[in-house]
Amino acid sequence: MFGFGVLKGMSVTLWNFILSYIYPKKGITTVQYPEKKKEVEERFRNFPFLVYDGTPDNMRCVACDICAKECPPKCIYIIPEKDAQGRIQKKPATFDIDYAICMNCGICEEVCPFDAIFMDHEYELSEYDRLSDLMYPKEKLLKPVEHFMKIRPTDCGAIEAQRAAKGIKGRAAQVQSAPAATVKPAETQQNPPANA
Amino acid sequence: MSETALHSQEPQLLEVSIGPQHPSTHGVFRMNVVLDGETIVKLKPVMGYLHRNHEQLAENMSYLASMPYTDRLDYICSMTNNFAYATAVEKLAGIDVPERAQYIRVLMAELTRLVNHTLLVGFLLNDLGAFFTPILYAFREREKILDFFEATAGSRMMCNYFRFGGLKSDLPAGGLEQVKKIVNNYSRFLDEFERLLTNNEILRSRCQNVGILSKELAVSASITGPMLRASGVNYDIRKVDKYSIYDRFEFKVPLGKVGDVYDRYYVRILEMRESIKILQQILKQMPEKGEIISAKGAAAGKSPRMWKPPAGDAYGRIESPKGELGFYLVSDGTPKPYRYHVRPPSFINITILEDMCLGYKVADAIIILGSVDIVLGEVDR
Amino acid sequence: MEASDTIFVAFKKAILGFLQGFLPDWTVVIVSILISITAIAIFGPVTMMYLTWLERKVVGRIQNRYGPNRVGIFGLLQPIADGVKMLTKEDIVPQAADKVTHFLAPVIVVIPALLVFSVLPFGKGMAAVNLNVGLLFFLAISTMSTIAIFMGSWGSRNKFSLLGGMRAVAQMVSYEIPMVMSVVPVILVTGSLSTVSIVEAQLGGKWFVFTPWGFFAAIVFFLCGVAEVNRTPFDLPEGESEIIAGFHTEYSGMKFALFYMAEFMSAFAISGLTATLFFGGWDGPFLPSWVWFLIKAYAMIFIMIWFRGTLPRLRVDQLMGFAWKLLLPFALLNIFVAALWQLLPAPKNLIVAGAAEAVVLVVIFVAARKDSPQKRTYIFAD
Repeated sequence: MFGFGVLKGMSVTLWNFILSYIYPKKGITTVQYPEKKKEVEERFRNFPFLVYDGTPDNMRCVACDICAKECPPKCIYIIPEKDAQGRIQKKPATFDIDYAICMNCGICEEVCPFDAIFMDHEYELSEYDRLSDLMYPKEKLLKPVEHFMKIRPTDCGAIEAQRAAKGIKGRAAQVQSAPAATVKPAETQQNPPANA
Repeated sequence: MSETALHSQEPQLLEVSIGPQHPSTHGVFRMNVVLDGETIVKLKPVMGYLHRNHEQLAENMSYLASMPYTDRLDYICSMTNNFAYATAVEKLAGIDVPERAQYIRVLMAELTRLVNHTLLVGFLLNDLGAFFTPILYAFREREKILDFFEATAGSRMMCNYFRFGGLKSDLPAGGLEQVKKIVNNYSRFLDEFERLLTNNEILRSRCQNVGILSKELAVSASITGPMLRASGVNYDIRKVDKYSIYDRFEFKVPLGKVGDVYDRYYVRILEMRESIKILQQILKQMPEKGEIISAKGAAAGKSPRMWKPPAGDAYGRIESPKGELGFYLVSDGTPKPYRYHVRPPSFINITILEDMCLGYKVADAIIILGSVDIVLGEVDR
Repeated sequence: MEASDTIFVAFKKAILGFLQGFLPDWTVVIVSILISITAIAIFGPVTMMYLTWLERKVVGRIQNRYGPNRVGIFGLLQPIADGVKMLTKEDIVPQAADKVTHFLAPVIVVIPALLVFSVLPFGKGMAAVNLNVGLLFFLAISTMSTIAIFMGSWGSRNKFSLLGGMRAVAQMVSYEIPMVMSVVPVILVTGSLSTVSIVEAQLGGKWFVFTPWGFFAAIVFFLCGVAEVNRTPFDLPEGESEIIAGFHTEYSGMKFALFYMAEFMSAFAISGLTATLFFGGWDGPFLPSWVWFLIKAYAMIFIMIWFRGTLPRLRVDQLMGFAWKLLLPFALLNIFVAALWQLLPAPKNLIVAGAAEAVVLVVIFVAARKDSPQKRTYIFAD
């Protein structure tokens, strides 16, 4: 009959109205930001950060430039350190990531052979100046392994277990191994690492 | 806005530009409309406001590096965009995909279909004037699916999850339970939604017999997707091509009869119910353990800037929620594609807008545009 | 009980009594008028402000979210923030606009919205002016806003606004007729046009809405009232999601606020009038009379907001069809049923009137069948 469809529809909204008062957990879906924040999932990837073991000098990155070459929008700038004679050291002198360009794809994390760069969970990063404040230099990007373990325990646990199994301890061991030897394992519990 | 005054015998025609800044055009899209009173006499869509040079960019990057850019084509359904691109590259290079990865791919594709159709129904009703209520109800359910995407792929909308030969990573612990909860609640949500909308007399009288698209015109204009099926043509690429493992699932294809706005809206609701059926079958059939990426695929992903597919060309297509999304790749044996072309369903569906809108009023043009289901990221690339 | 019922009337009498001591009589009359005017002038805009707050909260709750709740507790200071925003906005007048009509339109649209408050009986003895043609005054003055809307759309020199304005005028004119027709049964039964005597005829729980003709007359009147005020589902003139953004496209700042104010005050006035005519006005047990009036008026407002949160809007030809083809015949036939009710003695009239109303309903629905939307079937292919 004419009119009853409208009435049925209105009963749905009335029910939602009442539900929002009597049972707010299901009736209201708002999270009152910034007092309460929604928990991000473990694999949430926002911007990258560099990992060090122990002290910031002991960073895992060897300036191999693979992540800079793979990055689709080319937002990573690496200049390796040179010693007094001009020979290239396995350490970056400059490692800049332009957060204004980075599109959070996570490819840099996938292709790094040295478990040096991972995706962070930070999303409250507003700045006033795009050019100067959003270009993150090496010092701002370095974070300890404990931070990585805190935000992504599953993945960090798997990676640390593999590094321990291979006997990789730190900077000293990395200088010997060639960059293309180890394949970055897929971050999963069930899949064994695929070696080409 | 200009006025075309003809001689005194003929009516005065009014040329109006709807958009590009407009609350209802689903993005930056413009329509140049010539009106006689309130009836549309001529309509010309103007697009290109969101052109980001996707195809040209891909010619300068490795194959894997274009994957995050395909997320941003049809930014609502990023998983199916990835799926189409991965299918195209796998055809080009002859890479196979392991079993469990296939199941997870279809799972993601069907969840994306749910996401897209709920969003579309919500926005169609917003165009009709229902002041956000259907949108917010639809978004309430969509959030749960997006949370699952975040738990698995790392990001809610720009997932970048598919790789050539498989997926980037497996489902997280507890992922399948999340999917089970979503699927169990979805039918109930669809029932509530239908109670709110489908029998609503106002919706029916505004949407029925408006924007009729005949079968012949749809086929000759190469319309695909729910728009084509609402006009009565039985063409669903999941059934025609049987790509991935769709031939293992039992599902039907809903067809409309009249081809008006109401049919397009209702066919999408019926398709959502079919997707739920497929999801339930996936949850039953999925193998517990398995490889996520095949050996050849892992080799391709190990060092993407140095991977060279064999020379040749390939066209890979899937049934995205909006229609047939296809990628045409021409490779000359180098790590960068020689030619990379996207066949966007929204762009091709929008070419028929004028024929559908002639003779109707301006208010109808807005809802006809809403029912075509365009996303400007895809139209303009 | 008696004291709280007539608290406002007693207050006014006290002031007048005090002033009578040392002022001549004609001044006291003027002061009495001024007190009533001040009361309405305060009540009107404050109601409007808190109606906007109420609308946002209710629509928010319908959509599973809180409404505004940051500005003051429960968002109660939100209308004040909105008011400050509107006042500080730049007043843009299009260069080609007709300055006089553009300026006068918002002013003229507010005047009828405020004037009609003077005949609403807010409580026992609390109608500001007890006109013996109160109802006619209400209906006549509220049509004045039609010309103000047309002035607004014409003065903007904008093709879209003009189209929106013409639609608005067509809508308002065609919905006045069923509105007046649906009120005729009430006048028939009470024999008077004064709103105060209409309420007095319904005292003791004998509200007109409980009679067969009154129930449907209330529905028709309420729907026409919603259309008069340009609210969803009839808010075509100010349709936000269509290209014709309405007759108030070219207005900004305080002028827009005046249009908005007029719409909400008219909405309250229509709700108040529905409550008066059909739901017994200030009649009710236990609570003071003005509290009952406000409860009933706000219940009607809640229904209007509920409509807004749920329904899509009608297209202009469907809107007209609804008024002329459905509401008007219904209202006319309702008058006959009311006449039957009035003529026959006590228990028989209920049965006869009820039967007559059922016949009317069947006739209307059968006649409207070919216009109503049809069911569809869908086939499933493999």
